[in-house]
Amino acid sequence: MSLSADDITVGYDGKTISEGLSVELAPGRFTAIIGPNACGKSTLLRALSRLLKPRAGQVLLDGRDIHALPAKEVARRLGLLPQSSIAPDGISVAELVARGRFPHQRPLRQWTAADEEAVAGAMAATGVTELSGELVDTLSGGQRQRVWVAMVLAQSTPIVLLDEPTTFLDIAHQIELLEMCVRLNREQGTTMVAVLHDLNQAARYADHVIVMKAGRIVAEGPPPVVVTAELIDDVFGLPCRIIDDPETGTPLVIPRSSIVRLT
Amino acid sequence: MSVDFGRRTVVVRPVGRFAVRPALVCLVLALAALAVGVLELSTGDIAVPPGDVLRALAGEGSQAYHLVVVEWRLPRVLLALLLGVALGLAGAIFQAITRNPLGSPDVIGFTTGAYTGVLIVTVYVGTGYYLVAAGGLAGGLITAIAVYLFAYRRGVQGFRLIIVGIAVSAMLGAANQWFIVKVNLQAALAAAIWEQGTLNGLGWDQVGPVAMSVGLLCVTLVAYGNRLALLEMGDDAAAALGVRVPAARLAYLVIGVALTAVATAAAGPISFVALAAPQLAHRLTRTPGIALVPSAAMGAFLLVLSDWLAQRLFAPTQLPVGVVTVAVGGVYFVWLLIRQGRVQ
Repeated sequence: MSLSADDITVGYDGKTISEGLSVELAPGRFTAIIGPNACGKSTLLRALSRLLKPRAGQVLLDGRDIHALPAKEVARRLGLLPQSSIAPDGISVAELVARGRFPHQRPLRQWTAADEEAVAGAMAATGVTELSGELVDTLSGGQRQRVWVAMVLAQSTPIVLLDEPTTFLDIAHQIELLEMCVRLNREQGTTMVAVLHDLNQAARYADHVIVMKAGRIVAEGPPPVVVTAELIDDVFGLPCRIIDDPETGTPLVIPRSSIVRLT
Repeated sequence: MSVDFGRRTVVVRPVGRFAVRPALVCLVLALAALAVGVLELSTGDIAVPPGDVLRALAGEGSQAYHLVVVEWRLPRVLLALLLGVALGLAGAIFQAITRNPLGSPDVIGFTTGAYTGVLIVTVYVGTGYYLVAAGGLAGGLITAIAVYLFAYRRGVQGFRLIIVGIAVSAMLGAANQWFIVKVNLQAALAAAIWEQGTLNGLGWDQVGPVAMSVGLLCVTLVAYGNRLALLEMGDDAAAALGVRVPAARLAYLVIGVALTAVATAAAGPISFVALAAPQLAHRLTRTPGIALVPSAAMGAFLLVLSDWLAQRLFAPTQLPVGVVTVAVGGVYFVWLLIRQGRVQ
């Protein structure tokens, strides 16, 4: 399963966000896309997931133009956690996760043992099995996000794209979610691509980072190579120092301060 | 019945498989609708005992009862059931697409536009049943298409549809008022009667075409799968699951408008059934989001009950069924407000 963008131009209405963008997402890797606000991270993810049709160029899924493939066929190979989704009124956790099986269902073959297994597996992997009978409306933000991730996992796709999965989560839930992604990536070989805001988390958990600025990819590679003080200053306009994360040895961005702390 | 001692019991419902409660609710609603239907067949200027009604339906019993039950009353009951199904489905579709419990075919301006069409036809062409029906159909469809096009910007979002629909409806409403004031009294009266929505005077001639079109639209809906439920979760989520969102939304809009068009062409605008049926069904079945089959069953029950009340409440005076549905709708809104007030 390979996913790549070949010289794509994407944008909304008259506005072009990215021009001539090419990227290849290696199978089995955990890739993080980072960059300042409005640099085109989410737009790239939308283009990669067939949500946005590029004006020029092609997104290739296993070597074929993603827009030439049927929507359901794409959804069997590629899952996406969008930035915002609406849980229908009065839906239970198990029912919501089960909706992830839609791309595998046919009009006459509705629900199979494979569907049941995928839903149970996805709920177990995200730790929401005990919540299965609860209504989604009554859950906390962290639980709800895990349920949405479970729905994407129930889709059983070899590629999973996550658009800012840690937004609105407290620090403990952020770490928990990212570690869960790493585990899925390692244990099941799922190709993970996540748009992340926190540079330190990206450097810590991803094995490949793509750095974007103003619609272009300015650097990519393993975090220790890519995340440097010069690059962060150049891309985010943030003077900083890089130290080793005492926990994992990955780069840790320490912003410089112009304020002298009063004690 | 189980007694709730204030403890929260967690019910793990079967996933994706056959759920018992919605099926049970649909069955009860269908039986209730049929029971009211039999009641409607047996009551009227000539009372027919329920036993004789069933015999007449089975093709037995006296000639006179057969005439009253099968020839006179049955087509009306069948139409009430069919149009109820159509309106319940249309309401469910519009509420799911606009993600708004107040969504109904009216949001796309269909009813107001249909009235404009009827006014134009009655004033300039004539007042025959088929002429008026055609006028309503044309007016409604043109308005719906206009609202869709005005609301179009990189596809159509539910909220913009509502706003544009309200604006267009308001303008057409003003035009309708102007027509009524300006035209001759007779034409205005004919149009006003149509605007109430009534099953009075409908017979076997209408049953065939209505049954065929409602049936065809139901088959189309079934063939389209449960994409409607996925659209409710947001455009991105639905697209990520393999739904071609703009195409699916347009398809559902077309089916919803077509269902409304069938009902409006046959009986005029019957309000509130489309609005209330999906919400009432949702509360009874507790299905997640809006479900089509319970909405259809609830629509059929509501309309056949309203039609029976319309005939019997002030008998021998026959009310237009639209008057009853509006009154029932009012009660429904009061109930909804009280309920929500209590929750807060």
